[in-house]
Amino acid sequence: MALTETTSGTADREAADLLTVSGLVKHFPIRKGVLQRQVAAVQAVDGLDFAVRQGETLSLVGESGCGKSTTGRLLTRLEEPTAGTITFEGRDISHLSEGQMRPLRRDIQMIFQDPYSSLNPRHTVGKIVGAPYRLQGVEPEGGVKKAVQAQLELVGLNPEHYNRYPHEFSGGQRQRIGIARTLALKPKLIVADEPVSALDVSIQAQVVNLLEDLQEELDLTYVFIAHDLSVVRHVSDRVAVMYLGKIVEIADRESLYSFPMHPYTVALMSAVPVPDTRRRTQRERIRLQGDVPSPINPPPACRFHTRCWKAQEVCRTEEPALVQLRRGHRVACHFPENLPLASPEA
Amino acid sequence: MTITTDERTHWSTPGAGPFLQVKDLQVHFPTDDGVVKSVDGLSFSVERGKTLGIVGESGSGKSVTSMSVMGLHKAGAAKISGQILLDGQDLVAASREEVRQLRGKRMAMIFQDPLSAMHPYYSVGNQIIEAYRVHNDVSKKQARAHAIEMLDRVGIPEPHSRVDSYPHQYSGGMRQRAMIAMALSCDPDLLIADEPTTALDVTVQAQILDLIRDLQKEFNSAVILITHDLGVVAELADHILVMYAGRGAEYGSAEQIFNDPEHPYTWGLLGSMPRMDRDRTERLMPIKGTPPSLINVPVGCAFSPRCAFEANTGGRARTERPELLDAGQAHLVACHLPQAQRLQIWRDEIAPKL
Amino acid sequence: MLAYVIRRLIAAVGLLFVVSVITFSIFYLVPRLAGVSAEGLASRYVGRTATAATVAATARRMGFDDPIYVQYGRFAKGIFVGEDIDLGAEKDHCPAPCLGYSFVTKQPVFPELVDRAKVTFSLAAGAAVIWVVFGIAVGVLSALRRGSLFDRAAMTVALAGVSLPVFWTGLIALTFFSYRWGLAPPGGTFVPFTQNPLSWAHALMLPWITLALLFSAQYARLTRAGMLETMGEDYIRTARAKGLPERKVVVKHGLRGALTPLLTIFGLDFGLLIGGAVLTESAFGLNGLGKYAVDGIRGNDLPKVMGVTLLAALFVALANLVVDLLYAVVDPRVRAK
Repeated sequence: MALTETTSGTADREAADLLTVSGLVKHFPIRKGVLQRQVAAVQAVDGLDFAVRQGETLSLVGESGCGKSTTGRLLTRLEEPTAGTITFEGRDISHLSEGQMRPLRRDIQMIFQDPYSSLNPRHTVGKIVGAPYRLQGVEPEGGVKKAVQAQLELVGLNPEHYNRYPHEFSGGQRQRIGIARTLALKPKLIVADEPVSALDVSIQAQVVNLLEDLQEELDLTYVFIAHDLSVVRHVSDRVAVMYLGKIVEIADRESLYSFPMHPYTVALMSAVPVPDTRRRTQRERIRLQGDVPSPINPPPACRFHTRCWKAQEVCRTEEPALVQLRRGHRVACHFPENLPLASPEA
Repeated sequence: MTITTDERTHWSTPGAGPFLQVKDLQVHFPTDDGVVKSVDGLSFSVERGKTLGIVGESGSGKSVTSMSVMGLHKAGAAKISGQILLDGQDLVAASREEVRQLRGKRMAMIFQDPLSAMHPYYSVGNQIIEAYRVHNDVSKKQARAHAIEMLDRVGIPEPHSRVDSYPHQYSGGMRQRAMIAMALSCDPDLLIADEPTTALDVTVQAQILDLIRDLQKEFNSAVILITHDLGVVAELADHILVMYAGRGAEYGSAEQIFNDPEHPYTWGLLGSMPRMDRDRTERLMPIKGTPPSLINVPVGCAFSPRCAFEANTGGRARTERPELLDAGQAHLVACHLPQAQRLQIWRDEIAPKL
Repeated sequence: MLAYVIRRLIAAVGLLFVVSVITFSIFYLVPRLAGVSAEGLASRYVGRTATAATVAATARRMGFDDPIYVQYGRFAKGIFVGEDIDLGAEKDHCPAPCLGYSFVTKQPVFPELVDRAKVTFSLAAGAAVIWVVFGIAVGVLSALRRGSLFDRAAMTVALAGVSLPVFWTGLIALTFFSYRWGLAPPGGTFVPFTQNPLSWAHALMLPWITLALLFSAQYARLTRAGMLETMGEDYIRTARAKGLPERKVVVKHGLRGALTPLLTIFGLDFGLLIGGAVLTESAFGLNGLGKYAVDGIRGNDLPKVMGVTLLAALFVALANLVVDLLYAVVDPRVRAK
């Protein structure tokens, strides 16, 4: 390789790592039979290594069953990892208890996909957005009400709607309420799990812009979980592509979208429908066969080999390591695409 | 889809009228809060062998329209007026029994979520056999052979054994394939696909869109593709109808809609979506505000409260409802802005920022 | 599937074991803990006139002084292999499912239970057929015509049906149908099915209808709620989109989905009922298990009460087992797990 740092890319660190994850594993046991013995496990997340840098947006993208949502729940410690460590600001939070996590909940917040079910219908907006203050026992300057109204204004809602109930708002507005709630205690890291996929197209754009504005204004760090590659390209600084519980490719946005190296990434990008009729005929399509295999019994070695058009014998027997093939671009594949031309290898 | 743009603009084939014609359709639902005008004066048509994409956000009336064509609204719940002509026969005026006999046979439908759209207690084969036998007087054995053949045609591997599996034993993509097999089992002339890929993964979505395209060539049926995703219609549609608040905002060939859109709402939709095929823009251009309530639809142009160019109409947008009028070459636009201005705004202000 | 059946079976057996322990404790352990002596327990077995010495002898013979687990072991052994009982003067063998002897009649409880169970089962089964057919039919019609006059009338009647106590409706029915108009035999009539099926049905007609009225009301409401829910499912829309006649949509697609939750409730209701339909049996003077239990309680006749309790528990456990297995037949998704 042209680059010297072939290990985990420590040299190209531009900002400090806010959160690092190493060897992260989450298996959900499946019990069966008379004695309810564990017969198998859903290998939702199976060995992740990555870092989230201060102030950036790192996106996790992939299809259903790739483990992106589970990863989000692990990062916010809504789930406890089966193995591996999660380090937040230099502190190992992988196995902290509920009580030990509580003070950290101020710093790590989550935004959910469904703006309908994540808000309590019986509580006013004021109560919902003000809840984090009460839970954390924080008394903001000027009182909770004033602070909540400031939050509402920040996310583009009318502060006078303080006493309204969630059902009086549209989907996009409800997602804003959810965002206002997460912002209450000035978090450092926000994990957003499909925050715009339940919204209408025109509303999606509003929320995406809002998230970007807030990031700039409040110096937030995002982990953005999504299946929509177009949205991900728009919001991310870096992108990790996941497949069946593993990261197959992680890179800076420009590098990933210009030179996708993993065949899965290439196929994924080729499958995204584009609002341009000319592409119908011009575009070279790569069509993957079948669906994503079950994470209960994932294919051995390279998990993508069952659907990969480049798969060889080695893909069935040997798991490819996630190695750096370009600056800030790591890929786990034996036969990557778009290799840099002047490869001084061998 | 090898027809050139020129030929395609003159889409009405002489001699045979369009297979489905909807004229001034209104679907109103009386509720305690008032009348919900889900569809309020909608006209469009589709020919055999062509695909019409209906695009709109939630509440635009696109699904209500398809349910009306299929006659699936509950008797009494919806007040339907206007005409729905299926091969010349008016479905609004027809009896429920007459419409039922057309359903599944001459017009069929596939839905968004194939898991909930299939009965969990019956095998996939059983459900296809049922669909086939309603309209064809054949033995169970013949129907089963037909079901296996249909499963094979939509690309289900080992259809002989998979025919007896239950929906929960299929993967998401396979289920949608099975739904398509079910819909096509009686060789319908019209297929309505209501958000057929929204619940599916991207790679599977691409497979299903390919499948619909291939099958349409094979069956030569008219297809209505209902979706909120402009990317999906761009893949399949010959013509596109953009709906807003129960009415058509713009209609044209796919090229017209994507290359020369004239309605500010269409611009808004295009500006709202980040695009993989263009350089990344710094900011998306969303449409301000939210879709209107269908009980109190804004007076005049329903889009005017959200329209950035409403001021250019000299107040007409707030008072007079724009009709969907031909702006040339069968490109219909419902907008009060003078056409020259529309073309200029698109060329100078919108297109460069996409 | 086999593992599922075995797991359900084990659960049922476990349930019975727990019930038997609880029942046994209530009758033998709790009184002792409450301060009743072994002699106190024994005194119930020998009648009021017995001398202190006889009571003490009985207590020893019955083993009331033994550790409680020994007593339970003897009790359990009696159920499975029978028990030799020392009645003082003579020894008697109480055959396999031995639930002891009635204090009052001095007869073994089990054969009596079997006789009584026939009556209760006849009552419950007939009523069940009526309430299932009637309740579901009314529920389906109500759901399909929600808000109509029929729906509102049916639901009002259903509410009344649930609220009216059986002993009241039973007496009214007897007064008019039997005594005034002579359309039905008087209360207390029971003809075994094996003897004459027609007379059997005729004699039980009134109790069936009375009992079924209560349950039909409940089942109509449940069916209505279930139907309203399933008729809103996506697969119903699919069935309609295929062009199926509405009848087929409702029955084959709608009802099938709505019935599954009813199955659970039916299993529980039926199981409980054949453990003794106390009120109905009393109102119509039928010698069923319920009445047997009431007699037992009145006469302080412990073995009778215990016998009925255990039998009722057995029926409930069995009914639940059958329901669980039926569930797997109805819903292929259960089978897969």
